[in-house]
Amino acid sequence: MEKILALAKKTAEAAEVFSVSAEETSAQFETNRLKHIQSKQSTSIALRIIKEGRLGYATTTEPDDIKNLIDSAVETARFGMPAKFELPPSTPYPQIDIFDPAVASTPIENMDKLGQELIEIITRHTPEILCEAVVSKETESVKLINSNGGRAEYKKSIFGIGIMGSLIRGTDMLFVGESRSSCNPITQPKEIAGVVIRQLELAKNPASAPTAQLPVIFTPHGVASALVPSLAMAFNGKTVLQGASPIGNKLGQKVFDSKISLWDDPTIAYRPHSRPCDDEGVASRRTPLIEQGVVASFLYDLQTAALAKTKSTGNGDRGGGLPAPSPSALTIAPGKTSMEEMVKDIKEGLVIEQLMGAEQGNILGGDFSGNVLLGYKVESGKIVGRVKNTMVSGNVYQALKEVTAVGSRAEWVGGFLCTPPLYCPRLSVASKE
Amino acid sequence: MPDIKTAAARLAEALKEYKADYIEARLEQSQRSHITYRGKELESAGRSTAVGGNIRALVRGGWGFVSFNNLDDLPGRIELAVKQATLVGKEESRLAPVQPVVDTVASKEDDPLNIPLAEKKELLDEYNDIIWRTPGLQTSVIGYADSHKKTIFLSSAGSYIEQPRTDITLRLSAVAAHDGDVQQSGLSLGSRGDFSPMRRLHKDVEEMAKHAVELLSTPQVKGGEYTVVLDPVLAGVFVHEAFGHLSESDFVYEDDRLRQVMVLGKQFGSRELNIIDSAAVPGLRGSYKYDDEGVPATKTYLIKEGKLVGRLHSRETAAKMGEKPTGNARAINYRHPPIVRMTNTYIEPGKASFNDIIAGIKEGVYAKNWFGGTTSMEMFTFSAGEAYMIRNGKIAEALRPVVLTGNVFTTLNNIDAIAGDLEMNQGGGCGKGGQYPLPVSNGSPHIRISRCLVGGG
Repeated sequence: MEKILALAKKTAEAAEVFSVSAEETSAQFETNRLKHIQSKQSTSIALRIIKEGRLGYATTTEPDDIKNLIDSAVETARFGMPAKFELPPSTPYPQIDIFDPAVASTPIENMDKLGQELIEIITRHTPEILCEAVVSKETESVKLINSNGGRAEYKKSIFGIGIMGSLIRGTDMLFVGESRSSCNPITQPKEIAGVVIRQLELAKNPASAPTAQLPVIFTPHGVASALVPSLAMAFNGKTVLQGASPIGNKLGQKVFDSKISLWDDPTIAYRPHSRPCDDEGVASRRTPLIEQGVVASFLYDLQTAALAKTKSTGNGDRGGGLPAPSPSALTIAPGKTSMEEMVKDIKEGLVIEQLMGAEQGNILGGDFSGNVLLGYKVESGKIVGRVKNTMVSGNVYQALKEVTAVGSRAEWVGGFLCTPPLYCPRLSVASKE
Repeated sequence: MPDIKTAAARLAEALKEYKADYIEARLEQSQRSHITYRGKELESAGRSTAVGGNIRALVRGGWGFVSFNNLDDLPGRIELAVKQATLVGKEESRLAPVQPVVDTVASKEDDPLNIPLAEKKELLDEYNDIIWRTPGLQTSVIGYADSHKKTIFLSSAGSYIEQPRTDITLRLSAVAAHDGDVQQSGLSLGSRGDFSPMRRLHKDVEEMAKHAVELLSTPQVKGGEYTVVLDPVLAGVFVHEAFGHLSESDFVYEDDRLRQVMVLGKQFGSRELNIIDSAAVPGLRGSYKYDDEGVPATKTYLIKEGKLVGRLHSRETAAKMGEKPTGNARAINYRHPPIVRMTNTYIEPGKASFNDIIAGIKEGVYAKNWFGGTTSMEMFTFSAGEAYMIRNGKIAEALRPVVLTGNVFTTLNNIDAIAGDLEMNQGGGCGKGGQYPLPVSNGSPHIRISRCLVGGG
């Protein structure tokens, strides 16, 4: 990497080399038994240069292919966007624990056993269910150096477990599932099995929803599938800079219910999305986005921040290409109401676990509209069964302007979001008998 | 840069030396370039190169898979894959028999990577100018990418296949905003290497930009059941989501209940309905000569005269269901094992005209163009980029984009008219099992669906 940087510096005013190498092993289960073991080794090196004031960019998987890498970066710099920022010099980073050697040393036999146990608990509850499961471990090494003396290097371990069960009766299909991830090994299947079994219990009886405006409780998964795609886009500094965020000009204004607070936090110990710095070498920090309903800030990388005349929030994320603003791990603050109390409050309404296709509409405008893949009907304060053939539609900004309650228990969903359930007073429900 | 041919030569002999029921290897070398615009400015341009490969081994029904960028220790990789497969395998290995193939497929298309970035940029500048001539726009995004890759496939049965693949995608979107209301419209296309379709979009781009602004003043549809007419682009997404995924046998082959639902000969739609998947049609984004298991591409009827007559297979699913392999095992790249995927999926044209189809509709929705689609097997949703009310047999006022949803098993039966104007849409990318976006195409003539659930505000 040092060699690439040294050579790049000869043709460009500034240069940065970023490399990620990873080793991943997973045990994959199909039809309730182990079917594949996979190992993946990967290396990638990205070179970003500023030449005659413009950004050039190239990547390769070949550490020795230096000439081609530099030539490609130089070629693209002829057209690249004018660079408005300076690469960060050497800076101190917070100490964040994200590496546990016990992940890499977990034997594949233990991963197999963990998956088997998980499937066993679930099939004991519902013998005819067919499960797919994945137990995986990964070690990632990230290194970044730049021509301003900036330097970052860290190792991360990730252990994950996920399961999806399908229950088919004629052409009636039920899908249940849950996943967990951590920088420490996960050794117990009970908690995740418990979530799946609860879903199976609640979905046992069929129920029907009317076409009407109804109160809706989104579970943490429901929040992730219906509401978060729009919010993640709206708080992205790039969307704001382009004037395409509905809340871009509402900094300091109350847009959401005062019970709602949201922040981005890549500094929590042993969370898979935590890291000491972002992919541009800017130190990680917690960034408030909504403080008691008030729009508090947006997420920036270096270039977007410079164009917006503000500072990077340490949210430069490569995601395979040039750095761009992206949340690391979003958290919605828990409230005061338990899930049971929320359900009890509803005379007729829905609990939504999974809204399929909600992210396909005009999420930029905050619209969501999806088919209830997993959701339950509430009648007189009780969950009575599963609803199907039902669409729920709304707009995030209208839905979160006034929420009836925020759940008291937050849970991680897919590693990127920690949220409690949210209870909206009314949303449009369309159903087909 | 290491040469994958040299590595392949080393592998060919090595694959036969290990104790496994079957071993295959795929080596890949690729180049990619991209240009994106955000708003009036070019936002990024970049180039990337990658070399990598994988080994997949089968032992007593269990699979081991090892992927890598570093080509140095290939015997060690084979050993690991075999060891993993041995750990998994407790059954009997079953793969549908295929003849080993030795073939080098010539590259037909011009390599779009040879067109200088400057020339591509010039064209995109023209499009961006057109977009920005439209009054009332807030921002826009243009994303162009092309890639060229060479793959070498080898198997312990003696196959050696070299195949090139080029792929181009271009996505444009325009965003209009007013008073906190944000609306967008988009255009998406792709090609199997031919750059010329990218050059002829001036008029489409202009319409797209105008449409985004118009949406600000259009109403949202009232949610409920409607008779819906889909244009060829959206009907293509519909056939992909609402039926295509269900015909992928890896969902079905080990699931006895689903096998009963998907039994061949079962009536799924009217006698006019024919659905095909074919990688053997040349020149489309889902086209190829051999799949990633070295099986020759075929044309597969999934639905013929409304009846389920076929499905898509890998060698393993074909063997376990006692059917013929169809050459549909595809991997997005060397980091993934092949899984059963669609290629070019379409509804065959019928006899009706567009006017015949809408003539009898008192109140309905005409939905065009696509944002996306997804399926759970039983349920599907897909979203239209444009929508209009149909009133008394005529296209009436414009609507905001709609989301359509339904039950796979009933909705195919509700297709009650099929026009003759088949068009293939090349702008899509399909996701499954963490592998996205896989180049596919899908298509259809205009179709009419009765009683389709439309989400509204």
